[in-house]
Amino acid sequence: MKHTISVLVENHFGVLAHVAGLFSARGFNIDSLAVGETEDPTVSRMTIIAQGDDRTIEQITKQLNKLIDVIKVQDLTEEEKISRELVLIKAQTGAQNRSEVLQIVNTFRAKVVDVNPHSITVEVTGNEEKIDAILELLRPFGIKEVVRTGTIALSRKSELNLKGPKEAPEAKVEKPEKKITGKKK
Amino acid sequence: MELTGAQIMVESLKQEKVEAIFGLPGGVILPTFDVLYDSGLRFILVRHEQGASHMADGYARATGRPGVCMVTSGPGATNTVTGLATAYMDSVPMVCITGQVATTVIGSDAFQEADTIGITRSVTKHNYLVKEVRDLARIVKEAFYIASTGRPGPVLIDFPVDVSRAKTEFVYPKEVSIRGYKPTLAGHPKQIEKAAEMILEAKRPVLYVGGGCIASGAAAELTEFARKTGIPVTTTVLGLGSFPETDPLSLRMLGMHGTHYANYSVQGSDLLIAVGARFDDRVTGKVSLFAPKARIIHIDIDPSSISKTIPVHCPIVGDVKHILRALTGRVKKLEIGEWTAQIEEWKKKHPLKYDPSGDVVRQQYVIDKIGELTNHEAVVTTGVGQHQMWTAQWYRFQNPRSMITSGGLGTMGYGFPAAIGAKIGRPKETVFCIDGDGSFQMTLTELATAVYYKIPVKVVIMDNAHHGMVRQWQELFYNRRYSGSELGPSNPDFSKLAQAYGALGIRVEKKAEVVPALEKALQCDGPVVLHMVVAKEDNVYPMVPTGHALDQVMDMA
Ligand SMILES: Cc1ncc(C[n+]2csc(CCOP(=O)(O)OP(=O)(O)O)c2C)c(N)n1
Repeated sequence: MKHTISVLVENHFGVLAHVAGLFSARGFNIDSLAVGETEDPTVSRMTIIAQGDDRTIEQITKQLNKLIDVIKVQDLTEEEKISRELVLIKAQTGAQNRSEVLQIVNTFRAKVVDVNPHSITVEVTGNEEKIDAILELLRPFGIKEVVRTGTIALSRKSELNLKGPKEAPEAKVEKPEKKITGKKK
Repeated sequence: MELTGAQIMVESLKQEKVEAIFGLPGGVILPTFDVLYDSGLRFILVRHEQGASHMADGYARATGRPGVCMVTSGPGATNTVTGLATAYMDSVPMVCITGQVATTVIGSDAFQEADTIGITRSVTKHNYLVKEVRDLARIVKEAFYIASTGRPGPVLIDFPVDVSRAKTEFVYPKEVSIRGYKPTLAGHPKQIEKAAEMILEAKRPVLYVGGGCIASGAAAELTEFARKTGIPVTTTVLGLGSFPETDPLSLRMLGMHGTHYANYSVQGSDLLIAVGARFDDRVTGKVSLFAPKARIIHIDIDPSSISKTIPVHCPIVGDVKHILRALTGRVKKLEIGEWTAQIEEWKKKHPLKYDPSGDVVRQQYVIDKIGELTNHEAVVTTGVGQHQMWTAQWYRFQNPRSMITSGGLGTMGYGFPAAIGAKIGRPKETVFCIDGDGSFQMTLTELATAVYYKIPVKVVIMDNAHHGMVRQWQELFYNRRYSGSELGPSNPDFSKLAQAYGALGIRVEKKAEVVPALEKALQCDGPVVLHMVVAKEDNVYPMVPTGHALDQVMDMA
């Protein structure tokens, strides 16, 4: 199953390598990882999409929590959340099929950001399903290049911020057999 | 007053009350060594940086305080990697300071540059590259704090030469505040309550104790808890010494080379209380068949240890000492007479044993005698292999921090330098290194260190002319095809080698010579090497072969 894990980390040198190293050293698979500064410039937020059964994801969150530079970890998988990804798609087009492509672009409220005689570059934002759908529709025209940012996500309800303890082992230990979900305050 | 980075480093080490620094200099760490020269801090010059890292580790395990090593960049740093990995696997507090090329040339393949931070990332609890001299004091403070709190571990500080020359005002921070690092100490009250209930209900309980109990300084609390409830105690190799092995409640060590009765007890138990242990595969045997009837309570400071390999019913995250105290207050003597009678029967039926006949020196005999002559109270370090397992079986440890061995990584060559570090940390105690001929030859260069600084460690080399444990596996599982496991023809006379370095060297070939030689070693106030020529093809039993349940035990006829 795919999990969305949100991680607050110290915004300094080497932290990304530490997190990525943890995944490779322990044989965890990452689908995507997006990182950037937060409202607090000393803190970055990573959104990690990872595959694994509940046990694996539990280990991932625990191991992430163990890193000194990780401030907080939240599994957003079962939370109500907003997730978005931005994609640039360069599709093959000529004069004869450009309008068909534009139609698809409009339906998805995507944006054309570049056009030339042989191709058109489209910018799409959305959740994974939307992105997969537009890619599917554009594929018959011939896709020359795709670049994706990886998913970023925020919970609708709770905020993951610097307040409160890093992790709540209490919450964990009360329901030991359940996997750790978001740490609610 | 403004100080240079090098001065700040040394002052900070003094603030941390560091007693000894193990290391070896080189280009980029010279400014720091220059300050060290007349700092009054004790410096131990090793002959290979791996030795420095194991000495710092041995010092830390013997004392509970972080061990410190200091080496140069590039090859100096890479030589400590085995030591860091060894300490990381066994949760040993250590601070390793490595020189680094100047910040201005990092990344340019400068002379003796290595990406130390990258290389050591997965074998340290945390590591730092010091980029600005104004961060240095805080980093050193944090490094010692991180190394020695929570689940302890090695921390590395990579220290570029230009930062060691730059100047800033020196103020050593009084407190540490790291927002991403706040270890939980007290266990959750509800979980403790639940555990106490489970304990009071148990009919066939067993305590399974690991290195976490020793790291937490909780041997006394464990003993009190076990005696109050009457629950028998088995330990892992790293847990040896947390409970006196001569106590009637002791089941000795469990696992691959554990006693029959420890393993049967675990398999038959209805409640397993894991205390600072992590269900290593050398302990559990085949995971799916481990303790099949037991509910499990797991006390551990590291949440990631919980339910990692074996799902547990009642986890308690926190410091073993705190939690055992809280539990002791909530329990009473259990009525488990039938269970203890069953265990007694197993003990009688399947004691540890060896063939005592003949003139040949057997390792079990030597270790048994070392135990007797030292009243089971020496500090003992080991290499890795058969001699290590026999030491675990035959010494009968009484005290915490007396068995010092590489359990998790299984690092041959660990024992001798670790003994030097342990002796420096606990100078009043007798320190033995029980080593294999293979293991000893990986770090024997430190004989020079022991002799130069007059560190009176007693090294007993069990020369079975083989990588004995490898040979044992080849005998049992590879049709006696001894591929790469024979050492005999090339082994030197270790007693003469020791003499060449200036240590006392004694060669022992017959059983009757063992005790006199040990007595002589105990009287000697310098380093001693006893070359024991021992039985060549003895096997360590009992043995639970890999992939089997703990009660599927092989033993000698
Ligand atoms: C650095 C290292 N290399 C290889 C091994 C694999 N290994 C495990 S035990 C062993 C043999 C140890 O021989 P020795 O030190 O003579 O001890 P013995 O088993 O004979 O008591 C080897 C090679 C190891 N544990 N560590």
